[in-house]
Amino acid sequence: MSDATQILPDMTPATAMIRTLGLIAAICGLIIVAAYQGTYSAVQENKRIAVERAVFKVVPAAKSIVEYFALADGELRKVGAGEMAPVGAVKFYAGYDEAGKLAGIAAEGAAKGYSDFVRILFSWDPVKNQVTGFSVVASRETPGIGDKITVDNDFLANFPLEAKPDGKALAHEIRTVKHSSKTNPWEIDAIAGATITSRAVGKAINDTAQMLLPRLAPHLEELKEKP
Amino acid sequence: MSQTTVSTWEEFMEGVWRQNPVFVMVLGMCPVLAVTVSGINALSMGVATTFVLVCSCGLISLLRKMIPKEVRIATYIVIIATFVTVVDYVIQAVSLALYDALGAFIQLIVVNCIILGRAEAHASKTPPLPAMTNALGMGIGFTIGLLALGCVREILGAGTLFGLSLFGTGFQPWVVMVLPPGGFFVLGAWLLVFAAWERRKQRKLAAQGGGVQHV
Amino acid sequence: MSESVAQIFINALLANNFVLAMFLGLCPFLGVSGKLDTAFPMGVATTFVMLVASLCAYGLNVLLTTFQLEFLRLISYIVIIASAVQLVEMVLKKYSPALFRALGIYLPLITTNCAVLGVALFQTAREYDFLQSLTFAIGGGAGFTLALVLMASVRERLQLSDVPSVAQGTALSLMLAGILSLAFMGFAGLGG
Repeated sequence: MSDATQILPDMTPATAMIRTLGLIAAICGLIIVAAYQGTYSAVQENKRIAVERAVFKVVPAAKSIVEYFALADGELRKVGAGEMAPVGAVKFYAGYDEAGKLAGIAAEGAAKGYSDFVRILFSWDPVKNQVTGFSVVASRETPGIGDKITVDNDFLANFPLEAKPDGKALAHEIRTVKHSSKTNPWEIDAIAGATITSRAVGKAINDTAQMLLPRLAPHLEELKEKP
Repeated sequence: MSQTTVSTWEEFMEGVWRQNPVFVMVLGMCPVLAVTVSGINALSMGVATTFVLVCSCGLISLLRKMIPKEVRIATYIVIIATFVTVVDYVIQAVSLALYDALGAFIQLIVVNCIILGRAEAHASKTPPLPAMTNALGMGIGFTIGLLALGCVREILGAGTLFGLSLFGTGFQPWVVMVLPPGGFFVLGAWLLVFAAWERRKQRKLAAQGGGVQHV
Repeated sequence: MSESVAQIFINALLANNFVLAMFLGLCPFLGVSGKLDTAFPMGVATTFVMLVASLCAYGLNVLLTTFQLEFLRLISYIVIIASAVQLVEMVLKKYSPALFRALGIYLPLITTNCAVLGVALFQTAREYDFLQSLTFAIGGGAGFTLALVLMASVRERLQLSDVPSVAQGTALSLMLAGILSLAFMGFAGLGG
């Protein structure tokens, strides 16, 4: 009997499935691309403003910024629009004052704090070989405890910090030490009760500075004037 | 035979109250506890989730007759992921600070059980307009739940509400409230309050019902 | 990031436990942690899916960045995860039908487990390399299983206690989770 064919479950034929799935994929793809393109300029603008605000905060004399990659082979390269960092490159910002002279270098560092990562932007004075200050870019530290790194006067008095490039590394490793046990100008005195977050700041600065400063040293002359 | 079609208002209110995703169904907990450290974050997350809910349910409902049932879950997920990506970029364009505050949980809206659950249970069987109304109700219910948590945690843990300081500088914030354990405690407390309130309502109804029967 | 592999593992397992500190994977945490017998296999299954998802996400990310298709990241991750879960389901069904039946509806629900997508998203955001991603996934899964097992053990005991009926159910589980989370905060800084 032909009942056998009618007992079969109602399966969607493969071609219909592929056609429908293709249609849905096309619709979704279109929506995503439209959203991406539509918001692209606004997002880039937001990012630019955020970077500017952060850099101007740590390099107060700066009036304009040029972004660079310090590549693994020691060369410098200006960052193109929306360009991704090549492997092993460190991004830094050169801040220039109104006269076009170098006011300071700013770079990002990140290290694990109490909860999640603490991202900071720190500034380096290439003439005096000092880390002059830092500002927090993103942190989820405990309010009232970890976030004291931005307001605690004793902690902020740690800066400026000595950071002299010496060959492939720094002359002295930048370290956070226990509260009230700082003996050298390249050490950071932690905030009592907020040791973990303080250590994160020290580690963030050290990790980036170790990679960046030796690569910068040979290029300081060419960076002095705004290109 | 009179068929009571669920009115639009009932569709809407069902998500807000009777099947409130946070307090009744206890679904989609991950963002609820993670981002409710302040009122603003809670509100933004609620709005973002509502947007994704409404749009996904709308599109799924529109396409419901076409989606092959063997791969329906995967299709729903792809559609939901599409709108989450849209929300992700829109938030970045509006405010990078908000984007950083909400973090990975914007993209985690994709796996919010509420959205998939609604799509499977409701949007795949209902025409677009009622589906979207119900989704809107659910989203608003979710936002109310988020706000309830966010406001309590912000007031107790930081002494502010939506950034406005409430108690002045002498206030010692109850810091644990804005930390993970606080999230668990506050939600547990809210559920307790709801359970107690529900119990009282049942008792009242039972007393009334018993009274009528005795007549 | 310059985190060492050991640091990543310890952090994901204890100090930044996926469930108790990062709020990932709460639905199964509250739903499946009633009995120890189901909690442990669930944890292991989820860890396995997290591992697969982490590997695939790493590969996908390399592909997407090469072709500058970052906006497809979320969709491709979630599709991979859904497929990985399907795979695990089929493998379990064939080689361990008893376990497959025991886990029941919770197995496909691993797809919507924030922890799995969370692993993929976090390792991308933190720019971990291959070995770091692997360790992160294993540590995170182990942490998830640990939290699940702890919760299940206590909840089983609680069944024999005199808890006010108003508080029973999810409210109690949440209070319990809060205390566990508070305890795990003691691990802060362990990973160095």
